[in-house]
Amino acid sequence: MSGAGSDLEVGSDFEGSFSSLDPILNRRAEVQRTAAAKLTRRKLTSRAAALFCRASLLAALVPLVAVLSYTIKRGISAWSLAFFTHLPTPAGISGGGISNAIIGTLIIDFFAALMAVPLGVGVGLFLSQSNGKFAYVLRFGADVLAGVPSIVIGIFAYAVLVVTLKHFSAIAGSFGLAVIMLPTVTRASEVAIRGVPRDVTEAGLALGGRKAHVARRVVLPAALPGVITGVLLGIARAAGETAPLLFTAIGSQFTSYNVLHPMAAMPLIIYFDGIQAYPDLQQAAWGTALALIVIVFVLSVGGRLLSARVRRSVG
Amino acid sequence: MDRELLIPLSTPTAPETVSRIKRAGRLQSRLSDPGYRWLLLVVAGVFGALLLAILIALILQARPALVHDGLGLLTSTRWDPVHAHYGALSMIVGTLITTAIALVLAVPLGLGTAIALASYVPRRLRTPLSALVELLAAVPSVVFGLWGLLVVAPWFAGSLQPWLKSAFGFLGIFNGPPIGIGVLLAGTILAIMILPTMAAISRDVIVAIPREQREGASALGATSWQVVSGVVLPSARSGILGAGVLAAGRAMGETIAVTMVIGNTDSIPHSLFGQGQTMASLIANEFTEATEPFHLSSLIAVGLLLLVISALVNGGARLMVRSIGRSAPGVGVM
Repeated sequence: MSGAGSDLEVGSDFEGSFSSLDPILNRRAEVQRTAAAKLTRRKLTSRAAALFCRASLLAALVPLVAVLSYTIKRGISAWSLAFFTHLPTPAGISGGGISNAIIGTLIIDFFAALMAVPLGVGVGLFLSQSNGKFAYVLRFGADVLAGVPSIVIGIFAYAVLVVTLKHFSAIAGSFGLAVIMLPTVTRASEVAIRGVPRDVTEAGLALGGRKAHVARRVVLPAALPGVITGVLLGIARAAGETAPLLFTAIGSQFTSYNVLHPMAAMPLIIYFDGIQAYPDLQQAAWGTALALIVIVFVLSVGGRLLSARVRRSVG
Repeated sequence: MDRELLIPLSTPTAPETVSRIKRAGRLQSRLSDPGYRWLLLVVAGVFGALLLAILIALILQARPALVHDGLGLLTSTRWDPVHAHYGALSMIVGTLITTAIALVLAVPLGLGTAIALASYVPRRLRTPLSALVELLAAVPSVVFGLWGLLVVAPWFAGSLQPWLKSAFGFLGIFNGPPIGIGVLLAGTILAIMILPTMAAISRDVIVAIPREQREGASALGATSWQVVSGVVLPSARSGILGAGVLAAGRAMGETIAVTMVIGNTDSIPHSLFGQGQTMASLIANEFTEATEPFHLSSLIAVGLLLLVISALVNGGARLMVRSIGRSAPGVGVM
């Protein structure tokens, strides 16, 4: 490049004497001079920008590593057999556990999935077969719902189930989490079902299958991996949510299996214990945080791997 | 059945066959297709009704407060449950401040990350690194809150805030006692939480730009940054804007992490070190303690405001992101 630069300079010197005679040569010399000067600057800018972008990526990974490593460090030291099998103890008394919160989270999330999955897959099926105005509105609605703050969903669950039943209950929490899962399940189902090749559907219909039959026996099984991915991601998203449980399931010190009563949940333990000044409660919060992260990561990484594998085998 | 069709014992007359087919067709349609279609319509209708129900339930529950507080809910800074005075302006301002801090930090970083993931990182590493960035979005909000409160807040109080105060104190926004928790910490935690949204969507939009456009610019002698700034970013502009708006929507509605680190003070903070309250953290803090009749209703009215804002923001952002997705393949520059 330096060779080219000196060439330019020789050229411009040589043509400089004719500059007043030929405006085109004059212009060319000027362009070449500017270009040579600018090239260095362009390269420097480019290098600086690339550096900024790489540094951004690195900076984006710092919080992930920091959160995970610290949670693992503090969480592991909180873990013991008793931690998973015992009930919580008051601050200052050691040997407490979170067994009631683990059971509570499993029950609340199970009922949430029970509500969200059939409805979500059904809506996904409808959306995948319809391009009308109604489908457009629903699709848009699902997108908007995905962005509605979880605390607002919590208020909705409170208004629908706590106000009417007149007391806090786990099922109200499940309802709130189901609403949170719905957009994920719906859109993933729609995409998965749309991805089933037309030929497969038409082959089913050509064999004389009724539409409902073909949907159940041909289309849904073919779309199943994608649907399962959506369900897993939806559950992962809901399992980490705290806000919708704050004034529905509300938490409990005891083990409860009755979904009409208040129930403990892992996110609630992290929130309520974490904001206390007692070291042993904070310790319990870290232990619960690590357990929750493991659950959420297994669900969401599992879901992603499944969808990646399917995409590879299809494409 | 087949045998009967192939070797009919008695050849049916044409009208007989026609009527048999018609009967079968009627039976078929009566048994299956309309039922199936209706079932799907009912399911879709339930979903639509649910969406409407969220809005209606909040309006009904918020109505007493909307009548009682009126516009004061939006214009008054006095949030005083004891005297039944409910003005949420402090929380609205608190939400705007934390969201602004989050955007200032997350937009450049997220965009840089997206460009790096789309252009600068070796091809083999792109998928795993993208997955790692998105994994940040899977960390539960309450864990960020715990980490922010117990790990980042002490570091803010001990190192970052004293340094900011001595270096940039003259700006007037880094004043007050450096105690860690406050709007600056809340905004920083929010920035971390919205970073994956910003990065992932921007990356998708950038990757969707036709290869030929970039290669065309490269062939004209553009440096790699000129390709990005001259071709990639202008083409992806509306999608990146959409990503920013979506990220802002997330930041505004984020609840638990903010509640744990913002300090929960019902007033407008005087500096970025000050404590405050967002609309979401207000609801999380006071909902279960609200016993006065208008207190609960006023909180739900704040929730309704949050719902309306997030619906507008997300609706707008989705339209932006989707329109770029649709038009991208057909975009022609030359």
